[in-house]
Amino acid sequence: MLGKKKKVGSRTDNLTGYLFISPFIIGFLILTLFPMISTLYLSFTDYSMLGNPGWIGLANYQQMLTADDKYWHSVSVTFYYVCASVPVRLLSALIIAILLNQILGLAGLFRSVLYLPSVIGGSVAVSVMWKQLFGSTGAINSILTHLGIPAISWFGHPAAALWTLILLAGWQFGSPMLIFLSGLKNIPQEFYEAASVDGANAVQKFLKITLPLLTPIILFNLVMQIIQAFLAFTPSYIISNGVGGPLDGTLLYVLYMFRNAFEFFRMGYASAMAWMMLLLIGLFTALVFKSSSYWVHYETEGE
Amino acid sequence: MNQNSQIRKTVLYTVITILALAMIYPILWMVSSSFKNSQDVFTTAYSLLPASWNLSNYSDGWKGFAGISFGTFFQNSFIVVIFSTIGSVLSSTVIAYGFARVRFVGKNFWFVCMMMTLMLPGEIVLIPQYIMFNKFGWINTYYPLILPTFFGTPFFVFLIMQFIRSIPKALDEAATIDGCNKITIFGRIIVPLIVPAMMTSAIFSFYWRWEDFIGPLIYLTNPKLYTVSLAIKMFADPNNVTNWGALFAMSTLSLLPVFILFFAFQRYIVEGISTSGLKG
Repeated sequence: MLGKKKKVGSRTDNLTGYLFISPFIIGFLILTLFPMISTLYLSFTDYSMLGNPGWIGLANYQQMLTADDKYWHSVSVTFYYVCASVPVRLLSALIIAILLNQILGLAGLFRSVLYLPSVIGGSVAVSVMWKQLFGSTGAINSILTHLGIPAISWFGHPAAALWTLILLAGWQFGSPMLIFLSGLKNIPQEFYEAASVDGANAVQKFLKITLPLLTPIILFNLVMQIIQAFLAFTPSYIISNGVGGPLDGTLLYVLYMFRNAFEFFRMGYASAMAWMMLLLIGLFTALVFKSSSYWVHYETEGE
Repeated sequence: MNQNSQIRKTVLYTVITILALAMIYPILWMVSSSFKNSQDVFTTAYSLLPASWNLSNYSDGWKGFAGISFGTFFQNSFIVVIFSTIGSVLSSTVIAYGFARVRFVGKNFWFVCMMMTLMLPGEIVLIPQYIMFNKFGWINTYYPLILPTFFGTPFFVFLIMQFIRSIPKALDEAATIDGCNKITIFGRIIVPLIVPAMMTSAIFSFYWRWEDFIGPLIYLTNPKLYTVSLAIKMFADPNNVTNWGALFAMSTLSLLPVFILFFAFQRYIVEGISTSGLKG
């Protein structure tokens, strides 16, 4: 009886299964697989939306890698942006999660307020606001002048302009903060009690208990944030009026790809850039995973 | 000891309060600037309190540009967001059930495809999708923004799957004995139990779609069809902005639906991120 019941419940049912996942399969084939193959094909052509794509072999890749200084410039701007904004964001997330984890009253309110920037941060309105905030007569310069520090021309200098983007990204630390917070709540209190009995101080507890147990979550956040940072578009587009200035200082990879595709209609070249981006992100992520065996602490099962 | 912990608590709350205020300062600054007289916005930039609360920025801004008011832009955004959210949540729920509860040949293969789609940056398919939708004659329509959502959003499929997995299989088995098949089990038993996960998905979908910029930017060129995010971008064009107060007013207004949703349903958002651990 029991055996039969189990058999009925777990019977293989191909028709129903495919019926339920059919939207995904259709979407996957039409909106993901086919476009991916066509980007690969287009990357070997000179397609410009007019006429038919003409096969030019590796010329796009060749130009990108050897002749387009702007391409390499945008790669280096993007690397700088990723390497600065991800640590800023993750450190803010971790520090604030640790602080939030220690309070009881009003914890929910503080958590919401600190998460709010992440909810709205990707919007055009916030990018517009950020640009005014750092404008020559904006609030930041106004505060600096009141503190006796000379005002900074944030958008007159490539590095300063890029830093406004990095600060905007760092400001949106909400989701890694929530993930760190749930990780902190999962650390058994007994570990800290046992450490106290052994006479450990707060710093030792943090370095020997909290940090090692959080490393799998740090790895997860690191990978997710690196991918997200590589793909940043809206802030650089809005803050630089779509051109990536000053002096291409904020020309992030996706913005340069966008300009090639939709302003210069170099669809073939932009497709090559898209594939190159996928390779770069894959490489970066693989490096992080590779390094993880040196610093990520996994609890051994069954102890 | 007791006094020590009291001091510690006070310091902790002070630090957190200062941090929280610093973090919402830009938002408060935007809101307060939206009430300032246009000429005061930058002369009193540091101040969060307008000299007088001025609503004219809102009425000036609402007029929009090129003879199209923000009423139209909000309506456009709502159309896109509502249909794409419905499409995304419904299809993701159906797909999630298929993956979580039905056994079929090739399930693992398709599941791997789904996880790969989840990891794949959307930017890589942007160009061929644009070319395809362009060939369909869908430029200056909402089809490219709405239709793709009816094929499931991998993030929501994953989130809802996790939720379905937490429902005891015994419920399905009991229903099977009572004569239910997979489809009736889905409709009568699973869907009513996964409403919270569907809500979480709907909220995320709402605010991702509401803030979506690159989609409207490439598919919509007719100002009458602009969504709010695209309209704000045009409104903020440095060549014609003179009324800064109105720009801040419309920026604030464009975030209002997101604020309302966030404060009404923040529990779902926090749980969605904490349990599925994905982007926000």
